[in-house]
Amino acid sequence: MVTNVTSFGRSGLYDWVVQRFTAVYLAVYFVGLLGFLVWTPELTFDTWRALFGATWMRIASLAALFSICAHAWIGLWTVATDYLTADLLGSKATFLRIAFQSICVIVMFIYLVWGIQILWGV
Amino acid sequence: MNDKRPKNLELSTIRFPLPAITSILHRISGVFIFAGIGVLLWLLSESLRSPDGFASAAQWLDMPLVKLVVWAIVAGLIYHLVAGVKHLVMDMGVGETLSGGQTGARLVLGVSIISIVLAGVWLW
Repeated sequence: MVTNVTSFGRSGLYDWVVQRFTAVYLAVYFVGLLGFLVWTPELTFDTWRALFGATWMRIASLAALFSICAHAWIGLWTVATDYLTADLLGSKATFLRIAFQSICVIVMFIYLVWGIQILWGV
Repeated sequence: MNDKRPKNLELSTIRFPLPAITSILHRISGVFIFAGIGVLLWLLSESLRSPDGFASAAQWLDMPLVKLVVWAIVAGLIYHLVAGVKHLVMDMGVGETLSGGQTGARLVLGVSIISIVLAGVWLW
């Protein structure tokens, strides 16, 4: 059964490493963002815009978007190849899995382009 | 492949122990927050558009249903984060025994339930 062709890096070891590096980065990004929200007493438009308008925050957020896409690709590949299988779905399994993964990749692409538009529109 | 080979992993017939439940929740929360990113991007886009957009995003967030959805996404993020940290700890070889796995699963559930409740209190 050929299932590896739709994986992120064509290699389990490579995917494993990318999954972990992006996980650590996303943890730092989201915990940092949460910290900002919790410790800003009264969030105003000006503070919010100043944060996301800063070059370093744009870059950090773009890196987070890339990380989400890579991380989600690997995670959803794992889920799809585990559950959208011939054992569970019969002969249409491969078709359904490729359809599911295609939708996921399109959604990732939309998130990426939309995110860039938001960040560079500030 | 020989389809008549015996199976030892028929998921629907297995009673899940706690570590298996936390593991499947890690996957479910991952799929869920992947969809949730769309909602968060929409809120981010509204809030950064203009002072009016910021006010309208705040208004959206005040609607009980929207707030509930955002809390669910935050809950998914928290659970996925906590379970992910446990994964990284186990990658380093900590808690790989049977009892270690059960302790880890209990910790993941405990820490994330407390954090999710706190996030709810903070949002409301």
